[in-house]
Amino acid sequence: MTPIHADSFVGSAAAYVHIPFCAVVCPYCDFAVVEGQDDLAERYIDAVVAEIARSERWRPFDAVYFGGGTPSHLDPVLLGRILESLDAKHGLSDGAELTLEANPEDFTAERAGLLRRLGFNRVSFGAQSFDPKVLQSLGRRHVADHIAASVQAARSVGFDNISLDLIYGTPGERSKSWAITLQRAIDLGPEHISSYALTVERGTPLSRAVNDGAPAPDPDVQADRYEHAEETLEQHGYSRYEVSNWSREDKECRYNLIVWAQGEYEAFGNGAHGFRDGSRFRNIRRLEAYIETVESGEHPRAGTDPIEDWDVELDRLFVGLRRTVGVAHGPGTRALLDSDEGQRLLIAGVIEADESRLRVVRPLLTDAVHRSVLALQSPIVSGKADA
Amino acid sequence: MTDQSRIRNFSIIAHIDHGKSTLADRLLERTGAVAEREMREQLLDTMDLERERGITIKAQTVRLEYQADDGEKYILNLIDTPGHVDFSYEVSRSLAACEGALLLVDAAQGVQAQTLANSYMAIEAGLEVIPAINKIDLPAAEPDRAAAEMVSILGGEPNDVVRMSAKTGAGVDHLLETLVSEVPSPQGDPDVPLRAIVFDSYFDAYRGVVVYIRVVDGYLDTGEALRFMATNESHDANEIGFLTPKSVPVQRLGPGEVGYLITGVKEIDRIKVGDTITMARNPADEPLPGYDEPKPMVFSGLFPTDGDDYEKLREALEKLRLNDASLLWEPETSKALGFGFRVGFLGLLHMEIVRERLEREYDLDLVATAPSVAYRVIMPNGEDVEIKSPQDLPEPNDRIGITEPYVKAMIITPTEYVGPILELATGRRGEVGNMNYLSPERVELDFEIPLAEIVFDFFDLLKSKTKGYASLDYEPADYRQSDLVKVDILLAGQPVDAFSAIVHRDNALDYGQKMTGRLRGLIPRQLFDVPIQAAIGGRIISRETVKAQRKDVTAKCYGGDVSRKKKLLKRQKEGKKRMKMVGSVEVPQEAFVAALQVDDQS
Repeated sequence: MTPIHADSFVGSAAAYVHIPFCAVVCPYCDFAVVEGQDDLAERYIDAVVAEIARSERWRPFDAVYFGGGTPSHLDPVLLGRILESLDAKHGLSDGAELTLEANPEDFTAERAGLLRRLGFNRVSFGAQSFDPKVLQSLGRRHVADHIAASVQAARSVGFDNISLDLIYGTPGERSKSWAITLQRAIDLGPEHISSYALTVERGTPLSRAVNDGAPAPDPDVQADRYEHAEETLEQHGYSRYEVSNWSREDKECRYNLIVWAQGEYEAFGNGAHGFRDGSRFRNIRRLEAYIETVESGEHPRAGTDPIEDWDVELDRLFVGLRRTVGVAHGPGTRALLDSDEGQRLLIAGVIEADESRLRVVRPLLTDAVHRSVLALQSPIVSGKADA
Repeated sequence: MTDQSRIRNFSIIAHIDHGKSTLADRLLERTGAVAEREMREQLLDTMDLERERGITIKAQTVRLEYQADDGEKYILNLIDTPGHVDFSYEVSRSLAACEGALLLVDAAQGVQAQTLANSYMAIEAGLEVIPAINKIDLPAAEPDRAAAEMVSILGGEPNDVVRMSAKTGAGVDHLLETLVSEVPSPQGDPDVPLRAIVFDSYFDAYRGVVVYIRVVDGYLDTGEALRFMATNESHDANEIGFLTPKSVPVQRLGPGEVGYLITGVKEIDRIKVGDTITMARNPADEPLPGYDEPKPMVFSGLFPTDGDDYEKLREALEKLRLNDASLLWEPETSKALGFGFRVGFLGLLHMEIVRERLEREYDLDLVATAPSVAYRVIMPNGEDVEIKSPQDLPEPNDRIGITEPYVKAMIITPTEYVGPILELATGRRGEVGNMNYLSPERVELDFEIPLAEIVFDFFDLLKSKTKGYASLDYEPADYRQSDLVKVDILLAGQPVDAFSAIVHRDNALDYGQKMTGRLRGLIPRQLFDVPIQAAIGGRIISRETVKAQRKDVTAKCYGGDVSRKKKLLKRQKEGKKRMKMVGSVEVPQEAFVAALQVDDQS
């Protein structure tokens, strides 16, 4: 993907829809999720539809992403109601990317067909691993065969844009097991692969287990796994376009591209995050509180952070530098390159700059770059102080 | 004014915890100097730290009135003494103002090295030493054994040893009578010009410098113009008086009397302890024998963690010095730690106390570099230069030799621990001399050893090898040439001055391995591999590596939750602000503190 193409998504509009329901919550997950509360699903969908109906009118969406939780866990008819209301209120562009996250254990051809007919054209499976031991220690309910069956089901009803999520660096995972996982994922021919390092997030059952002495992921092992993935995926024709995301040509996740190009996206549902009119905002996270707030006729916003002045530039770098294409030069990249920390990153080969762009070339150290970016002082302010 | 025949001036010599402060309390109570309602524990230990640690740092003085069995009223001047080797110079000051010394020994623990050394000091100063055994009420008390030890040192009969308990009060009356009968009265000449010795001073925020004096000859009158013979300064006696322990002004002090003097001087440096005071109009010809100035033995760099606190640290040191003339410092600059001071201390306890007071009373956050002794370097031109910091050591080609201070050390121990102690002392380059049996069970070991070897953890090791039964005392001996080297610690090739140390060649590898190993655990992984090396000159003797960080990235930016991620990274960045850049390496402040911690090995 060309840098110009990547940056062009700044003008697109997207929406994120959160579906918090899961059959069983995974022990490492720290998203806004619930299990055993399917009885709330209809009320929840009513609330999301109401939130959409009341939202400020906007331009048609170029990408909509149903994330979770497990969107595929719900009756497709309920998801269809949301798509319908989005289309009715804001419109969906021609050829808009409509993604749904799905779990492999119950993704039947019948369900796939229903979803396809509702309009979804991209499905992202939480495959995670093909190693039964790893799947078990991740608390997943599916086995490797479910993944292949799900991909086949999706293909059979006409999904031509499929993504697999993989997780590496689970304690106990062998390098060979990771190699097999990658190979079996590639063999299924998905258009897109995301591979994430298992991360111990605070407050999760995994974090409690680690605090009680269970083995924690080893960052050096995870670096090995990442490097192996990078090499293998490139060999098989996948290009890395973001820290954790690879795709076939032109099959990048458009929703992702919009977020990282500092494009605007709406947020619907509990715990959802958006960026619009210069502000980053988030919805109430707790499911029942969200539903009750919407039902009482109020806006379910939990907070809004306006991004102003110099922070707009830092924000551009912050999101943009996750991409392989990096960011076009601006006051922020120049400030970074002028700083001691920027020079250190350059010498250490973490970042690279040419006449038009700045890139992170050691993606495993992106947070180190981000910390330096966020600490940059505005050159305009210091200019004033000098005057 | 009291006739000299009714005055008894005495000090108490006792080991830490042998009950000196409790006895002082009891004496104050018995003689009515302090009403019982004013009584609090360890009345003479006024500093918080003294009470907490149960030690006496500054000598205190109190005048007691005692009605003796012979019907006469006597004045007993108690001049308290510190019990720790770091402060032994204060003991000699106190002794110079007395005719007698009460040697107080714990009935369960017997004579200790410090008390023995101080007893010798008292005997050499011509004092009458009164032996007393305290804590006879303890179940573990062995008064007969303690008495036998004392007799073997002082001579006399075991029956002459006073047996008492400061806690219960048993034997205290007998002790008071013994003090009256055995301590000689002062023999000053009232008819010659005034001579009074300055044995201590302290700074009082309201009254300026308060000087503790003992009149030897002649009279000191309020309002008199005085001459301080050593400093050759003249000051007026604005106020003189007794310490009961409250200040009680009087018109006149006569021969043999002990009291205080206020002249209006505000700077402690202008009053020299050991000086002789005489009259400006009618001066004495000869001063009294003075004492040696206390000399710092241990040096350490003190640096504020926050560079902005440099001035605050200087002011705090100046305030402490008002009451501690032994505290000396000079500015020091460290590439790693910034601006600070090289501070001289009398010993490790003194160092700890000063640091603790700076941090506690002046709210400072400090990094202290590894303590060092003062070395003398012989230069190619024959010059002999003292260095107090490893940074100042010239390169091997620019020096001919290095000498280091030795001390004469004395250990008193139960005989069963002689083996382990000899092993410890010889392992520290000690040369063992005499062994004197105080009793069949207890022995005094004399040896000579480099100060650098005992000043850090020797005392702790001694205690742990002897279950706490051995005691140690030492005094400076001489400087001797040794095979000393400077070990530098390099981070990514850059020497870090704060970690350099001068050590004996045989200990260089140990030091190098210890520091590189510690630092490897303390320095976080960086963008680069960070080699940590110990080197003598250009030669690397030990090496560790902090491997470069390979993964520092959050895998997933969930659902566009950019704000939360930014906040997390900003918080992490704040944490990194407490890092010091050493060359290209980020070193957390805590790493300096932890790496320089004196060993707590046991």
